[in-house]
Amino acid sequence: MAENKTLTFALMDPPFENARSTTAFRLLDIAAKRGYNINVFAYEGAVSLPFALQEAHPNAVHGRDVEEENHPLPRKYIAALMQSAADNGGTLDWVNCGLCVDERGMGEAIEGVRRGSPADFWAFAEGSDNTLVIPTK
Amino acid sequence: MSNYLLIESRDPFECSDVEGVCWLAGELAQTGHKVTLFFLQNGALTARAGAETTDFEPLTASGVEVLVDDFALRERGIGNAQLADGIKPASLEVIVDHLADGSKVIWH
Repeated sequence: MAENKTLTFALMDPPFENARSTTAFRLLDIAAKRGYNINVFAYEGAVSLPFALQEAHPNAVHGRDVEEENHPLPRKYIAALMQSAADNGGTLDWVNCGLCVDERGMGEAIEGVRRGSPADFWAFAEGSDNTLVIPTK
Repeated sequence: MSNYLLIESRDPFECSDVEGVCWLAGELAQTGHKVTLFFLQNGALTARAGAETTDFEPLTASGVEVLVDDFALRERGIGNAQLADGIKPASLEVIVDHLADGSKVIWH
C-alpha cells in the first residue's frame, strides 16, 4: 500500500506555452500513481489549465481533422490526474487563485477545481510533507 | 546537514544563472550538505560533454550527484554517451522521491 504523503505544487504558467506545464503534469502523474495526497495552487496564468471551455481543433495547415490532430487539452489531463489519484487511494485538490481567475475570465473550471486565494497555498504548505514552487521565468 | 535537490530547467546559453546554480550546488556540498543537481527541459543541454558551459568535475568531486531527465534527453536527441563525465540519466521519480523524503527542493 502506498505511503500517504502529502505534496503541494504551486504552478504559474498558462497552458500551451511552456515545457514547465508538461513537467508539472509529469510530476503530478507520478505522485498520483503513488497514491499521494496532492495539492495544487494555480496562480497567474496557471488558472487557465483547468478551464472547462478548452476545445480540440482540426489543423487545416496539415490537413488533419479533429480526431487526427488529437490536440491535447490540459483540462482533460487534470481530470485524468484527479481520477488517477482517487484510483490509487490519494487525492488531488486543485485551487485556482480567485483574483487571477477574475482577471482572465477563467471562471468556468472543470469539476473538482476550487476557487481560493494565496492563503490556501499557505495552508497547503503548512499541511504538506513538502512543497515545490514552479515559477515562471 | 540537509538534503538539497536543485532543479535546473533553463538553457545555459540563454540564462547565465545556470552557472550560479551549479556554483550553489558545489558550495552546499562543500559545507557538508547532501546535494543533488537535476537538469531538465532545456537544462539538459548543460549536461552534454561538449557544451563547455560548466566544469562538472569539481562538482562531482565534492559529492554532488548530477542527474539529467531521461525524457528531456530523448526529446533533444541526446544519447547517454554524449553526457559529460559523472552525469547520469534519471527519471522524474527522483524529484518526487526527494519531495516525499523532505529534501529542500528548489526549482530554477
